[in-house]
Amino acid sequence: MTTFHVKGATLPDGTRRDFFVENGVFVDSASNATVLDADGLQALPGLVDLHTHLREPGFEQSETVLTGSRAAASGGFTAVFAMANTSPVSDTAGVVEQVKALGDAHGYVTVRPIGAVTVGLEGQRLSEIGAMAQSRAQVRVFSDDGKCVSDALLMRRALEYVKTFGGVIAQHSQEPRLTEGAQMNEGALSGELGLAGWPAVAEEAIIARDVLLAQHVGARLHVCHVSTAGSVDVIRWAKARGIDVTAEVTPHHLLLTEQLASGYDSRFKVNPPLRRDDDVQALREALADGTIDIVATDHAPHPLEAKECAWDEAAFGMVGLESALSVVQAAVVDTGLLSFADVARVLSGAPARIGLLDGYGAPFTVGAPANFTLYDPAARSVFGVEHLHGKSVNSPYLGRELPGRVVATVHGGVATVLEGLLVEELARG
Amino acid sequence: MKHLLSTKDLSRDEAVQILDLAEDMAQAGTREVKKLPALRGRTVVNLFFEDSTRTKISFEAAAKRLSADVINFTAKGSSVSKGESLKDTAQTLAAIGADGVVIRHHSSGAPRVLAQSGWIDAGVVNAGDGTHEHPTQGLLDAFTMRKRLHGDASRGRALDGVTVTIVGDILHSRVARSNVWLLETLGAEVTLVAPATLLPVGVDTWPVAVGYDLDAAVAAKPDVLMMLRIQSERMNAAFFPTAREYSRQWGFDDERLARLPAASLVMHPGPMNRGLEISSGAADSARSTIIEQVANGVSIRMAVLYLLLAGGAA
Ligand SMILES: [Zn+2]
Repeated sequence: MTTFHVKGATLPDGTRRDFFVENGVFVDSASNATVLDADGLQALPGLVDLHTHLREPGFEQSETVLTGSRAAASGGFTAVFAMANTSPVSDTAGVVEQVKALGDAHGYVTVRPIGAVTVGLEGQRLSEIGAMAQSRAQVRVFSDDGKCVSDALLMRRALEYVKTFGGVIAQHSQEPRLTEGAQMNEGALSGELGLAGWPAVAEEAIIARDVLLAQHVGARLHVCHVSTAGSVDVIRWAKARGIDVTAEVTPHHLLLTEQLASGYDSRFKVNPPLRRDDDVQALREALADGTIDIVATDHAPHPLEAKECAWDEAAFGMVGLESALSVVQAAVVDTGLLSFADVARVLSGAPARIGLLDGYGAPFTVGAPANFTLYDPAARSVFGVEHLHGKSVNSPYLGRELPGRVVATVHGGVATVLEGLLVEELARG
Repeated sequence: MKHLLSTKDLSRDEAVQILDLAEDMAQAGTREVKKLPALRGRTVVNLFFEDSTRTKISFEAAAKRLSADVINFTAKGSSVSKGESLKDTAQTLAAIGADGVVIRHHSSGAPRVLAQSGWIDAGVVNAGDGTHEHPTQGLLDAFTMRKRLHGDASRGRALDGVTVTIVGDILHSRVARSNVWLLETLGAEVTLVAPATLLPVGVDTWPVAVGYDLDAAVAAKPDVLMMLRIQSERMNAAFFPTAREYSRQWGFDDERLARLPAASLVMHPGPMNRGLEISSGAADSARSTIIEQVANGVSIRMAVLYLLLAGGAA
């Protein structure tokens, strides 16, 4: 394990100072340290993604725990929560332990599996939530993401049941009947393009129901990928009433709008869909005022053939780990809405707290685990496939100029990215 | 013009040019030798991922009258129906040396994906894509209106001030979309009439008037009344309670025909559900243009293929 002396970094609170890492934790000082020149660089706590699709087991043609971990590290992440829609579904202790073990073995990031709420994501019966919680994977976040737990009684029971061990249900809010065959945001543009609409109300109605259920049973609810201005209103109302709800927004919903669908380029097909400009503005403001707690990527890799086709035949989803920090900078930092202290909160501290992930409560303080990233906000480049380090290239940003560059990532005292390049496993020793 | 993907892309001059060129093609069709040599040596592929005998025959006749070689590539029973991708098919067609591809696809936007893909360099004609557009249908409808309203004095004219009421399943109709954009470009005044369930969200942003009442629409004495087909799969999806109720409220029956001015045209893109959205009396009346629409379709498609593949102005 390397000893680091990071020189001249700007910390999230704006102070500029050196800091040291030894034996995997921040220390006061260290001798014979490897010097990282961080002059002009922004130091951020290791980023935590509460919403990643690693695809393994079952969909290794799209991503594996290894390739997804590398994509995460290159984006400045040191921990990811892996969604349960694998094959077999992550609905048993055996699968979640396997996913965690793969993450540990590769070591690029901490991989925390998310358990399925229902068996096979089928929305019929609760999965073995307790067994997953008590397993070596210590699952605390449960989600049927990709599908909505639409049955109100099942959702109520799930919310109640996870209270037993302080867990949380992360809901993919999508009323299924209102979105049968849905392809893009429902509005004037979907009507013109002849693509079946995904109405905002299909998200908002589920969120409204779920916050009321959470209030009724006194449970904790997390709302995945909030995408509409109306959802923001509902969550703001729920928080004002003291309901224990947290919410996330994806980088792409902070930057991109439905207009990108007009050329039928399926790189812009995602679920929930890209929305109107007014929604983007509302989401940015909600992130700034704390109504939305975190940014999570919903990194959703797909092989080329799943996107090289007509829009309604293409898969939903876009990769996002490698571009997340740059997109957040473009959408909410460069526009003056968030400081880097806020970025540290929404991309590290708050997601770790929601997911009950230890070690992210007091970054850069002596004794805390050394998870951090060094980021150059002054860099600018045209985003290209060379910026992608997972298995898939379905990024909506290819060809778009984005700010920022991850220069280094350190996970538990071990460098996973140095000088902007991934550190190979062997080299890390 | 490299492709014809949407009537929204057409300027007024381009649209009138196509209609005028179709007049030339129609005239040539009255000669003893119907064939023109314009596309000799060019290859046109009819790429149909969805059944449509009528449209395919129309394009095939159009291409052959221009002396093009025609290859029919139909989904039913071939590799395209077994999941071969649009990409593979396009690359095959490129290897064959297709100069023009006439594509009918069940997915909205598939023709644009093909045209922009770089998989093939051919001119692409949208022959109907999902619930998006059917631009040659829009053009042939405009041609038919112009011919009936202006007769031999049609050339060079648009449809300024012509009132057109389109009735039926606007939500799922590619014909309606192509007509709305083209008629707007040509100066016509369009009214859409349907139950609210069959109007797209956001229709208030379209350049049209919207109503729910067919009787009121007939009483307004439109120059053209266009009835759209109600597809059987809509029957059980809660768009309206029963076929009978739909027919009573939005079907163009003999009684409504009697209230329509004698000079008004009755149009339908076909195929018709007689007795549902249109009665036989209405479909077969002197005011009906339904047979002419079929004939005019060949002229319009000749004009479009000529413009795309012979590359010239008229
Ligand atoms: Zn989701």
